[in-house]
Amino acid sequence: MRKLDGNLVLLVTLFAVLLVAGGLLSGGTYLSLFNLQSMASQVPEIGLLAIGVMLAMCAGDGGIDLSGIAMANLAGVASGLFAMSIFPVDEAPVLFTVTFVIGCAVVGLIGGTLNGLIISRLGITPILCTLGTQMFFTGVTVVLSGGRAVRIGTPEPLYEIGNGYVLGIPISFLMFIGVATLLGLVLRHTPYGVKLMMTGSNQKAAEFSGFARARIVTTTYALSGLLAGLAGLIIAARNVNVKWDYGTTYLLIAILVAVMAGVKPEGGYGRVINVVLAAIILQLLSSLLNFVGLSNFVRDLAWGALLLCFLFVNRFALVEHFDALFSSKRDPHASKN
Amino acid sequence: MTMVQDMTDTAIPNPPRKERSLGQLFQRRPELVSLSILIVICVTVSIINPAFLQPSSLIDMGRASVVTGLFALGVFAILAVGGIDVSFTAIAALSMYSLTLFVINVYPTAPMTLVVVTAILGGAGLGALNGWLVNLLQVPSLIVTIGTQYLFRGFLLAFIGTVWLMELPPQMIAFGKAPLLSFETANGAVVSLPIYFLVFPAAAVVTWMIFNMTLMGRAVFATGGKADVAARLGYDQRTVHIFVFAFTGALAGLAGIIHVCANRMANPFDLVGTEIEVIAAVVLGGARITGGTGTVFGTVTGVLLITVVNNSLVLVGIPSTWQRVVVGAFILLAAAFFVTRQQKQ
Repeated sequence: MRKLDGNLVLLVTLFAVLLVAGGLLSGGTYLSLFNLQSMASQVPEIGLLAIGVMLAMCAGDGGIDLSGIAMANLAGVASGLFAMSIFPVDEAPVLFTVTFVIGCAVVGLIGGTLNGLIISRLGITPILCTLGTQMFFTGVTVVLSGGRAVRIGTPEPLYEIGNGYVLGIPISFLMFIGVATLLGLVLRHTPYGVKLMMTGSNQKAAEFSGFARARIVTTTYALSGLLAGLAGLIIAARNVNVKWDYGTTYLLIAILVAVMAGVKPEGGYGRVINVVLAAIILQLLSSLLNFVGLSNFVRDLAWGALLLCFLFVNRFALVEHFDALFSSKRDPHASKN
Repeated sequence: MTMVQDMTDTAIPNPPRKERSLGQLFQRRPELVSLSILIVICVTVSIINPAFLQPSSLIDMGRASVVTGLFALGVFAILAVGGIDVSFTAIAALSMYSLTLFVINVYPTAPMTLVVVTAILGGAGLGALNGWLVNLLQVPSLIVTIGTQYLFRGFLLAFIGTVWLMELPPQMIAFGKAPLLSFETANGAVVSLPIYFLVFPAAAVVTWMIFNMTLMGRAVFATGGKADVAARLGYDQRTVHIFVFAFTGALAGLAGIIHVCANRMANPFDLVGTEIEVIAAVVLGGARITGGTGTVFGTVTGVLLITVVNNSLVLVGIPSTWQRVVVGAFILLAAAFFVTRQQKQ
């Protein structure tokens, strides 16, 4: 029997507790279809960025991707300007949207590959590289847009991506779940996924086993960039404008989600389903704080405190501790991993 | 005066004979590269636009370098111990705003010395909390300090205040205005270099002394070079971490109060967001982000480089929107350069 993932149990418990607490505190409006839909449509932006952070962390060797939101904004602005210069938004909305979507993915992929090549070929520490590219991407976005917001407008198909529903579920949320599922399968069942985790947990051993480390790292950061590009697409679809300084707090929140999901900052372990759940939980909490009427600043404070709390929980393996405590009554060997 | 750290390359044995070629010199002393770039940029800019050399623009740059410089000395210390800190701007904002608020409302006649000392101590306290957490949680300090950045800033904006304080007490305004040097420009306006400019060189000298002449300085470089070896040598990791982060916090508190006095107002939304530029300055000064290296001299050079780049783009006709692209490219190029240097060794 596979060992129960303690972190997953914790996240599911939190999820249930938050839903119940929200329902009780708001007298039911929190659980109304409208509120659930609006919460679901806010998850994908952060969720995609957080999966990107998770991938980079899994690659190990101090891996982290700080350029996510900068990349997303660049993708939105660059691809938006490009698509607008070819197809007028109002006359050819479908062609515009297709170009825009492809453009976002391509820009993200290029940016991510750039990160990956700098890290794997030049041997620059991921923190430093992504700090540099974060500033560089933001800079390019500012230059392209002249520092102003770029108006994408609301062409029909693009608007649908950001605000439409299928069977009452927001399309952007479905896209997010689709991408996450695909990625989860890739990480679990392809040679790339297995090699990524092995490289992350022991770089030297992986290299001696003949893994092409440079290629694995480059692919990982390219994927992270691609996810950021998709986040940029959803940001553009949900908001009428794209701008270089959108979502300045997203960097912290993406890292917070990854840490909540039990991703190890030292590399080698991370599960997509936990990241998805953690992103949803954060959104539930954020909406709950809104319902109670707390300001954005209190929310920032709460995110900081929450990040430190989860670091604390992970550091002292509190979840496993309790898990072992309960299961030791049933099976004396369960506490030994 | 030698600025090279003795501990710079503990892992790599020194070459038996000192090579005399320029390339070798640059490899041993990366900060000389930054210095050369700085000189080249200054000469180029002053040829394209001689206005660069006017006292007023030089003094502007001198003033602008103080806050960045104090932050950078702190970041230098953190990089030396092998960590990274993004919360120092939040520490500066929290300590400067709450202190100014306190002085205005509770103790308007507080002597300036007391204000400055309180700012330093407050910053050191918050920094020590960082150091304690980094040691306790055993995760990369980047992640811990991202958390504390939001904690500190959220606390400031949620509980202390969000309004700009425009009416500073007189002693703080006097501190911000007191001139060290005054010039009269061609059109009759008087520009003066404020006395607080001296804080930056003074802090640089103090930092240099701590990191080159005390046991704690050696402990910091040893920990940054190889933490487990340093621990086995008997350097208490918790003390080292708390000291370094508190030192950075103290410099941030000082920078915050100077920022208030220089601008004659306290804006709680200021400062946070400038971290990356400060880190860039220190990296440009030749410190490795993986720890154990770096020099105070290099850090000062890096700060001057960033300040000059920020202030001279417009003078040579590059629109200010390009500023981030240039700084970002500088970070990547500098990092690539120093990494290849490392591999050659």
